[in-house]
Amino acid sequence: MASRKTPLVATSWFPLTVGALTFVAIGVIFEILLRTDVLNRYIIPLPSEVLLAFERIVVEEGVLTRTGVSAFEVLTAGLACVIVGVPLGVLLYRFDIVRRALEDWIAALAAAPIVLAFPLFLVLFGRGSTTVIVIAFAYGLAPVVLKTLEGLIETRRVLINVGKSLNMSQTQMFWKILFPSAIPSIFTGIRLSWTFCVIAVIGVEFLVNLGGLGQLINDLAERYDMPGTYAGIGFVILVSVIFFIILEWIEKWLQPAR
Amino acid sequence: MTSVETKSRAAGKPETGQPVLIIDDVVKTFGDAEEAVTAVDHVSFNVKQGEFVAVIGPSGCGKSTLFNIIGGLLGEYDGNVMIDDERISGPHPAVGMVFQEESTFPWRSVIDNVAFPLELRGVAKSERYDRARHFIGLVGLDGFEKRFPSQLSGGMKQRVSIARTLVSNPRILLMDEPFAALDEQTRLLLGDKITQIQQELKQTTLLITHNLTEAVQLSDRIVVMTYRPGKVKRIADINLQRPRTSDVVGSDAFGHYVAEIWNDLREEASRGMQETEQVARADRRHG
Ligand SMILES: Nc1ncnc2c1ncn2[C@@H]1O[C@H](COP(=O)(O)OP(=O)(O)O)[C@@H](O)[C@H]1O
Ligand SMILES: [Mg+2]
Repeated sequence: MASRKTPLVATSWFPLTVGALTFVAIGVIFEILLRTDVLNRYIIPLPSEVLLAFERIVVEEGVLTRTGVSAFEVLTAGLACVIVGVPLGVLLYRFDIVRRALEDWIAALAAAPIVLAFPLFLVLFGRGSTTVIVIAFAYGLAPVVLKTLEGLIETRRVLINVGKSLNMSQTQMFWKILFPSAIPSIFTGIRLSWTFCVIAVIGVEFLVNLGGLGQLINDLAERYDMPGTYAGIGFVILVSVIFFIILEWIEKWLQPAR
Repeated sequence: MTSVETKSRAAGKPETGQPVLIIDDVVKTFGDAEEAVTAVDHVSFNVKQGEFVAVIGPSGCGKSTLFNIIGGLLGEYDGNVMIDDERISGPHPAVGMVFQEESTFPWRSVIDNVAFPLELRGVAKSERYDRARHFIGLVGLDGFEKRFPSQLSGGMKQRVSIARTLVSNPRILLMDEPFAALDEQTRLLLGDKITQIQQELKQTTLLITHNLTEAVQLSDRIVVMTYRPGKVKRIADINLQRPRTSDVVGSDAFGHYVAEIWNDLREEASRGMQETEQVARADRRHG
């Protein structure tokens, strides 16, 4: 038998290559449109200049230190969301009265444009990392709580019946059946939550002009350094992508073969 | 290993032939006065030590309700379900339940699924794995210990559930349509497995099913239920030789039993069908 080749489209590097080529192609198209003055260079910088600016922002603008500051804020807020959110979700599941009292408020929290209240947070927590972390926490909390609750509620009836037929205690039932069954949903909540934390941290830094990567973009924009601004934005996207790839790895490693 | 298991099982058990499970005039009604549905209506029968009994009836005749009562998941009912002179009102350690729906824990490997009841009782890891391996072998899943349920077929998952129930050495194995979701061939082969296990462990078993060939293939006795309200229509003895395999399905005696019980069952099944059609028609009329 002749060896059968995997079709090109099915290989794992194919989508990656297509993505990268699309990216390059768009860059080239913009470069051409800008150089032929179809698009305005004062609003959109030349992609080639943006590329060159990457080196500049790393060397001159201390981008690595700033990444450290932002990462610290994201991780602190994100961990706080997990540490507070999961037990809160369990509490909401366990006590109907707490659920009726809080569920709608937490859902509202998820929808509210909290950043608009940033002056209040500035007054309460000062002009520093704490404010950024607190606002990010407020953004990221709801998904963890709601997804934990959802995961527990959606535990399959028959699994609970297996537990009952084995005469399991309430505590055993929680740790051995309800909680493990809710874990995939909790992970979804955490992923959502941390996405919100990243957005909130960069957004607040940008808005209030303090701290890490968000402030850098703000600075560069105020200096009308368009290539630098775009390079900064590109850098934030790159860091976020890496961050979420790592998160996915951890998730896969924690729950094999689901 | 096997001999140890069998010995510990045999100890303290009534002799073969003694009733271990007595179902006496059990009635279960759902809902209040006007909307009340009687799911189980004055049902009585016994299961003797070492016996394999099947309860057969059309869908909706109250089989799962009976299963839940015997398993202690439905505490409130009229009449008596007795084990060891004790009226069942909650889960009894002598009863091991296998559910109709897929019920393995997706976050546990096969061996950790099967060892689960032992883990609850605080049995040390090496011992519970030894015991779990024995029952994994018994249901024919050797080599799949480390797999997760998502990597198994429906029939294999159901075998994991059965092994998980057997690992506690239940005196009475109680199963609610465990093969309902499987195709006919898998069902016949799993039936062989069940017969083999029953013979090896002398396992007292109550199987709930709506499948006639399955009931005849496996049972010593068959309790035929009527369609709503679920009463006992007839109890049929199946005198096919043991040890048995699925080959028995081809024999004349088998065909004879199937025809005889189908006679009783047909009426009930068609009654069930008519009623379902009426409800559907009424629903259509109402919008
Ligand atoms: N928890 C319940 N509440 C109300 N009615 C129920 C409940 N469980 C079962 N029933 C009714 O009892 C009847 C028998 O149901 P079930 O025992 O599940 O039948 P089977 O398992 O034989 O298909 C059905 O008409 C069903 O609608
Ligand atoms: Mg049923």
